[in-house]
Amino acid sequence: MGALWVVAEPGADGAIARVSAEAATLARELAGSAKRDVVGIVIGADPSAMATELAGYLPVVWAITDPAAAEHAWSAVAAAHLANLLAAGDSDVPDAVFVGAGADGRDLAGAVSALTGLGVLVNATAVAWTDAGPAVEMSAFGGKLLTTSGFTGGRGIVTVRPNVTTAAPAAATGKVETRTVEGAAALPAVRVVERVSEAGAQASIEEARIIVAGGRGVGGPDGFGIVEQLAAALGGAVGATRAAVDSGWVPYSQQIGQTGKIVKPELYLALGISGAIQHKVGMRTSGVIVAVNRDPDAPIGEFADLFVVGDLFEVGTALLEGLRARTG
Amino acid sequence: MRIVVLVKPVPDPASGGEKLGPDGRLDRAAVPAVVNGNDEYVLEAALRLIAEAGEGEITLLSMAPANAPETLRKALAMGATRGVHITDSALAGSDHVSTAKVLAAALGDLEFDMVFAGIDASDGVGGIVPASVAAHLGLPFLSYAARIEPDMAARTVRVRRISATGYDLLEAPMPVVIAGTQALGEPRYPSLKGIMAARSKEIVTRSLADLGLDPATVGGSVATTSLLDSRQPPARAATEVVRGTPAEGAARIVDFLAERRLI
Repeated sequence: MGALWVVAEPGADGAIARVSAEAATLARELAGSAKRDVVGIVIGADPSAMATELAGYLPVVWAITDPAAAEHAWSAVAAAHLANLLAAGDSDVPDAVFVGAGADGRDLAGAVSALTGLGVLVNATAVAWTDAGPAVEMSAFGGKLLTTSGFTGGRGIVTVRPNVTTAAPAAATGKVETRTVEGAAALPAVRVVERVSEAGAQASIEEARIIVAGGRGVGGPDGFGIVEQLAAALGGAVGATRAAVDSGWVPYSQQIGQTGKIVKPELYLALGISGAIQHKVGMRTSGVIVAVNRDPDAPIGEFADLFVVGDLFEVGTALLEGLRARTG
Repeated sequence: MRIVVLVKPVPDPASGGEKLGPDGRLDRAAVPAVVNGNDEYVLEAALRLIAEAGEGEITLLSMAPANAPETLRKALAMGATRGVHITDSALAGSDHVSTAKVLAAALGDLEFDMVFAGIDASDGVGGIVPASVAAHLGLPFLSYAARIEPDMAARTVRVRRISATGYDLLEAPMPVVIAGTQALGEPRYPSLKGIMAARSKEIVTRSLADLGLDPATVGGSVATTSLLDSRQPPARAATEVVRGTPAEGAARIVDFLAERRLI
């Protein structure tokens, strides 16, 4: 009987990505109902800190050291190790491999799928266990439909959407085991010439619990000041529509919607966003949607939970005062 | 400079009418097909690189049902050189695994320096096929591209890969597979001249037999995943609408958030 594996991706400052901690929490809870063991896997040039962190969530963590990860894109390095682990063919072979549905997780899942032939179920919002293996729920067609899918062979790779669960450490800290893997799988390494931090880089919108987003109604880069101030006051991230991004007011990394990111924060505060379908598909599954728009007929009024008809700058400024008054 | 751009016809997301057919697969007849949005961005990047280089050609590669050429013409009208359309009745119901296998086989017959793909498609949103294609071909994979800078003399390419804090500058020898984002820059609208020219551009149709693939190894019959159930998501509660002064609106938002312990 196979175990459940969780592969943790590197996050900022040597920590694991938050989506990996969430995937670990999800897999640990699933392992209880599936009556299976759950194992965490970290792969890096110096994986010890990440392994220790992941062991806070899972009973067993395998740490695989590969110096190539220091100066090369992580996913190709990690994919080869994971494919070799999967090909080992012993009792370790898992029923499901969980990875995050962000950039590194997708790259890893795609490469490992090609190397092993395993199927991938993408953007899981929930996972249950059945006699035939994992049953993975995902949101399709921009949130209009919920689907549940399984693996025809009973096993495969699952990419887990950020924010589908709250990362919760286990009652007991797990143990870290050093693993080395032999195998034939290999992928061309891609050299990282330079890792560049941009001064304007914003908090990741995919992982944010609160997003304050602005659209065309914000009017220009200066107008985003109120969006940024509200995001700071709420402890959230700044999001934007394609119109705002294409106008150059906000970097692409913050774009939500059809050609941007799909987000599921607990709170989505939309300022000057009409709610066109291209944007809606990226945020309609948010926990609570609050919209401020001057146009009482804006489509966002049809699916927001709270719709304040008014000028976003006037309401936003008053809201900022109100929030500051609460926190003193 | 030879660039292959992977193009996926998808149901128009702006139509809002996408649905599954009785077989649990996407109902492609329900809504008009369009070129996947992210594919247009990488095609635009390819067109600009060719223009800067002053030479080169762009081949569109698409695995899609028989009516896909209508959609491919729109991408040809943007300025691509030709299209290759992989279609075969055995491909119906293909999952990511089959799709990547078929695209890799088709690329094996083409000559290229770079393969471009959109970072994901608006219908599946998996974002895993480009990485699978690269792995099948044993080629370097550079993803989440915000900028693509080929050096034809050195036969290398540099890509700015969007990271959580900025970007990673990646470099690899050609040939490569690159998955690109909208940060590459807004796609052009086809000109009337482009639309006219596209009518006579070549679209080569190829079957699984042409690719040397056994139909029994791909498609719905060997899909690794299957749909178990689909349902409407729970309806959202009715919208509470507030009309009043800005102060009243703001006060209601504060109370609303406080009631839900969001502040």
